[in-house]
Amino acid sequence: MAEKTIRLKRTSLYASGVSPVNMVQAVFYNEDMLIYDLEDSVPASEKDAARFLVYQMVKHHRPKDKYVGIRVNGIYSEYLEEDLQAAVRAKPDFLRIPKVEYAREVQDISNRIAAIEEKIGMETGSIDLVVNVESYMGVINAMEIAKASPRIVAMAVSAEDLTASLKAQRTKQGLEVFYARNAVLLACRAAGIDALDVVFSDINDVAGLKEDTALAKNLGFDGKTCIHPRQIDTVNTYFTPSMKEIRYALRVLEAVEEGKRQKKGAVVLDGGMIDKPMELRALTTLAQAEAAGLHVRGEEKLS
Amino acid sequence: MKNAVGREIPERIGDYALKPYEGAYAVDPSKEPVHSLRTAAKPAAGGTKLLGTIEEAVRACGLKDGMTISFHHSFREGDEIVGQVLTAIRALGIRGLRFAPSAVVNIKNPSIVDFVKDGTIDRIEASGIRGELGDAVLAGLMEKPVILRTHGSRPRAIEAGELSIDVAFIGASAADSYGNATGQIGPNACGSLGYSFIDATAAGRVVVVTDYLVEYPCCPASISQQYVDYVVKVERIGDPEKIGMGAARLTKNPRDLLIAERAARVMAASRLFKDNFSFQTGAGAISIACTKYLEEQMEERSIKASFALGGMTAAIVEMYKKGLVRVLECSQSFDAVAARAIAEEPGIVEIDNALYANPFTKGAMLDRLNFGVLAALEVDTDFNVNILTGSSGEMMGGLGGGPDVAAGADISIVCLPVIRGRTPSVTKRVFTCCTPGETVACVVTEAGIALNPRHARYAELKEDLERANLKLVTIEELQKLAESLTGVPKPIETTDKVVCVVEYRDGTVIDVIREIKRG
Repeated sequence: MAEKTIRLKRTSLYASGVSPVNMVQAVFYNEDMLIYDLEDSVPASEKDAARFLVYQMVKHHRPKDKYVGIRVNGIYSEYLEEDLQAAVRAKPDFLRIPKVEYAREVQDISNRIAAIEEKIGMETGSIDLVVNVESYMGVINAMEIAKASPRIVAMAVSAEDLTASLKAQRTKQGLEVFYARNAVLLACRAAGIDALDVVFSDINDVAGLKEDTALAKNLGFDGKTCIHPRQIDTVNTYFTPSMKEIRYALRVLEAVEEGKRQKKGAVVLDGGMIDKPMELRALTTLAQAEAAGLHVRGEEKLS
Repeated sequence: MKNAVGREIPERIGDYALKPYEGAYAVDPSKEPVHSLRTAAKPAAGGTKLLGTIEEAVRACGLKDGMTISFHHSFREGDEIVGQVLTAIRALGIRGLRFAPSAVVNIKNPSIVDFVKDGTIDRIEASGIRGELGDAVLAGLMEKPVILRTHGSRPRAIEAGELSIDVAFIGASAADSYGNATGQIGPNACGSLGYSFIDATAAGRVVVVTDYLVEYPCCPASISQQYVDYVVKVERIGDPEKIGMGAARLTKNPRDLLIAERAARVMAASRLFKDNFSFQTGAGAISIACTKYLEEQMEERSIKASFALGGMTAAIVEMYKKGLVRVLECSQSFDAVAARAIAEEPGIVEIDNALYANPFTKGAMLDRLNFGVLAALEVDTDFNVNILTGSSGEMMGGLGGGPDVAAGADISIVCLPVIRGRTPSVTKRVFTCCTPGETVACVVTEAGIALNPRHARYAELKEDLERANLKLVTIEELQKLAESLTGVPKPIETTDKVVCVVEYRDGTVIDVIREIKRG
């Protein structure tokens, strides 16, 4: 499998496949992940047109500085096969799979993607997966799902369908999805992938968005899905690492470099082993800092 | 012949000899005394100037075939004075007039087109012509080209004798029977009457038209009785709903918000952003949002402005009330909040439009402006700006004060999206050049900020923006990006007939608009 580069995932924004205007405009906001949508935002009568538009957009006009994905229709929908055929050929960075409940579903999709990749001469495994967990069953199986395929780079928890499946009431405070958020987060950490938080639905409540994003950051999430472009800058700000985090990341990478120079198999920092996920997290921290306009790599003497 | 922005213009159209644009600051004013048709007069007999109807006033003024009449546009799309006056003039059989309002608003019932078709009007000189009239003019409605002037250029042209007004009709939301008039009080208050000051002092005859007669003396009075010949009270001067529009709501369009915030960041990053700075932001959706973002930046850094200039909005009035701006110099009021504020707040003052923008006086206020935020329909890779014609060549706007502000402000910021619908707005060559690129410091779009290397403040602005980590792109990059998204539109086809002459603020011709061929 190809070596993965660090891709920021502080913010994800969906652009509906039925709206060329939205698709073009979405390129210009500051979201890290841009997802062209074939699923919920596209009415059944427009699925074909949206698939064609998204294919053209990703193939010919994708922004170069974003992590670009396509959300295909659900695993049991009649549209999935055609979605996969078009989406893989458009060569996005990743596909976002909605409403995942079992690991086998991801494995099945991964195999179908591999078959297409092979058919068109792409390196197998070059397309990443981001999986959405949107039901109680998905939450229960989060750990298996997170480890279901080496393609998976992140798992996202979605609150709206989840609360319906829980028979819960959706509230702004979000206590009803607090467990699910944590369960998904733990699964992501165990699998060494990124964890993406729920959307904050009230686009006019900036204070509420800040509070919710601060919580997500404190819980350990790597990013949050935005429901509107206006939320992006606020969310990005919260996922900008602190100076303390940046200094620690620099120390981790220094230790790794030092280990390489001394040809050590295992590298130790502050009495603990540095493993591959820790190194990746340190790289991600620096990438987040740089995305926020902080010059970190040139300043080695931060402490 | 070609002018200094490379536009092909004829040397003469009928009896009008075109002077080619030579450069934004290249032309000096004439040394002649300023021109006016105002004559000395004796006070009106009986202490009243009140006449019963507009017809009587037109007759009393001695309006004849071929003369020039003027209006202001401060009642915007709610104006019913222009329609009533032209109807009265037509009824008197007077024809072949030059119609010279400060701007033609899109009035519908009756439409200006009707008065052109029946010969009442045969020439138009204004800041812009939009709507039905604009479309008709571009389709070749008029024999003589429409002359378009900026807000600053109109008083300049009047004083230079290029536009002599025989009779000025000045709509007022309140007036007394001896001619003192204002836009600040009354049920149809429109705020500043800044555009009419020059008409009042330079026209041969002046008629005040109001629907709200007050006891003598009308106070406040923007137009003084000493310039007014007659007063007419009509049933209504306009549609109160359209005149008294409330504050515009802050746009929710994320693209416009992004552009607005970037423009505010450009201002905040500049070394000129310090106590006592000055600004003009305007009234479009991006402009109002930009005002709000500027307010945030000022509050965050505890910076206060000395003055805000030009057309005022509720957003700027709010900044004044918070103590963020010391004086609002209003040549125009864009909403009901701004209209009322002049009468209520000592630091919110009405100013003569010539004081605002006339380039050939001993000092226009916009010469002291640090930042000017301007809207645009198109900008090209030479930073030339089009604020008149849309993607299919249709008339979309007026020149307004944009070219004046760009030339006067230290840093002029043009805000626009890189594409609109299916057409690019950053192009290789604008369809109509209104503001010369040399006066544009910076173009702000959703796809990045482009600085103009030919602008006098380029080096310092570049340094300031880079220090603030603002992403800079070149104008060519923006143009290529726009074109990659939309493709290259088919050029607009025109005939050789010139239908509009676009004058620069100094009276030279920066561009002409030719009749659009419609397939």
